[in-house]
Amino acid sequence: MTGAGDAVARLVRDEGARVLATLIRVTGSVDVAEDATQDAVVRALQTWPADGVPDNPRGWLLVTAKHRAIDILRREARRAGKEAEGVIDTGIGTGIADAEPDPDDLLRLVFTCCHPALAVETQVALALRTLGGLSTAEVARALLVPEATMAKRLTRAKQKIARARIPYRVPADEELPARLAGVAATVYLIFNEGYAAGSGDALVRLALTAEALRLARLLADLMPDEPTVLGLLSLLLLHDSRRDARLDAAGQPVLLADQNRSRWHAASIKEGVELVGRALRRTPSEPNSYVVQAAIAACHALAPSYAETNWAAVVSWYDVLLAVEDTPVTRLNRAVAVSERDGPGAGLLLVDAIEGLAAYPWWHATRAELLRRLDRVPEARDAYEQALTLEMNTATADHTRRRLSELD
Amino acid sequence: MPSYLALTYTADVDWTEPAQAAELAEYREFMAAAGAVVQGGKALYPTATATTVRVKGGKGGDVLTTDGPYAETKEALTGYYLLECADLDEAVAVAAKLPAAWNGAVEVRPIIEFG
Repeated sequence: MTGAGDAVARLVRDEGARVLATLIRVTGSVDVAEDATQDAVVRALQTWPADGVPDNPRGWLLVTAKHRAIDILRREARRAGKEAEGVIDTGIGTGIADAEPDPDDLLRLVFTCCHPALAVETQVALALRTLGGLSTAEVARALLVPEATMAKRLTRAKQKIARARIPYRVPADEELPARLAGVAATVYLIFNEGYAAGSGDALVRLALTAEALRLARLLADLMPDEPTVLGLLSLLLLHDSRRDARLDAAGQPVLLADQNRSRWHAASIKEGVELVGRALRRTPSEPNSYVVQAAIAACHALAPSYAETNWAAVVSWYDVLLAVEDTPVTRLNRAVAVSERDGPGAGLLLVDAIEGLAAYPWWHATRAELLRRLDRVPEARDAYEQALTLEMNTATADHTRRRLSELD
Repeated sequence: MPSYLALTYTADVDWTEPAQAAELAEYREFMAAAGAVVQGGKALYPTATATTVRVKGGKGGDVLTTDGPYAETKEALTGYYLLECADLDEAVAVAAKLPAAWNGAVEVRPIIEFG
């Protein structure tokens, strides 16, 4: 596809999500809205590259999709044997034809896709399909699920929305923090699906991280004052800034300590650090999990080398994070930072004191690394072997095996 | 006169599908024959439309919703409420006020309104 064609495709995809969001509200049906929007998108892709993009592309798409939606609803009404009632036909036509887009439509779609009455994997699929504008086949490929399975999952999700009456609205202020946390978790999950190296088609997984970033940007546009959203976008940008340094030529993960920092993306770091600054100014009294995680990522992003990292600052941010959400994994990450600040012995004491991570390979692998630095080789060997008995992706397991063999 | 609740257990069918028309007709026959004793009855959408509501940490705690029906067998069915709500959010909010939400779970299922 040409550069101009790409630009048109991108524009159509971005505007398509907004048109879909408006049509769902207006028609009350995700299915009808999807069919109608799809039709308008196909027409735009056929005509715009040759005829030029209309002055108001969103308006063009909306009008085209509205006409199509009216056609679909009239056909359904006729099929239901109501063709005699001309009143219904006119009603359908005027209601939809006169409907204006509402600036909150896209947010309504965000909160409906990420509704807590839908399973998390369903939220991920719906967000990619509707907000991301991916086809069912693309969503299936990205999530490593057969296309038929994905089609069924999406159909069931839309049926549940319609039948159980999952509302199409932006939550009220008092519900917003909890619901927003759910939306952020879904976008973060999409990013992590893409970030988890070694499983599936690497290129497709890369597309998922790009998709998650796109969704996070969309959320930041829609809710520019919400710390959760700013923190999420910042965190994703800072993780993503390391994309070219975190795997070696053979696709093996490279530890943060060993990454070539000149390959980190300066523009992503700059944007991420600015965002975390903005987010921190909005959360002076009540820390926010995503913002604090982004602050930790910023400490790493700004360090000229692993050794020159401000570990005291990293440990302090972990203390704040523990105040927001005290989980064994956060304690483990804090212990790693303490080991860099105070030495492997201090870190190991903390790691050994964490309960509930016996089934977590990284707990064993971290113990192994610290024991190795303390020259307690037999114990380090045991710990690496423990880690390898647990489920890890191939690249990480290979890395652990390599570390184990280096002990000999 | 004593009252009884008759709970129907069948395959997880979608009663709105044309394939179920013959069986639905049999239910209508039942209604015609037993109508004198039937106070009310409704068909439910399949379990895929269910939402299970739990409240963590006792009355007034965090409301947790999961997609799908109540699937455990530890608890027994001990009561039911028929709710008329604007949407699922309202139904979940009401369900979360039932003591069963923190002592067990409440499954919220939409009812089919045959047009």
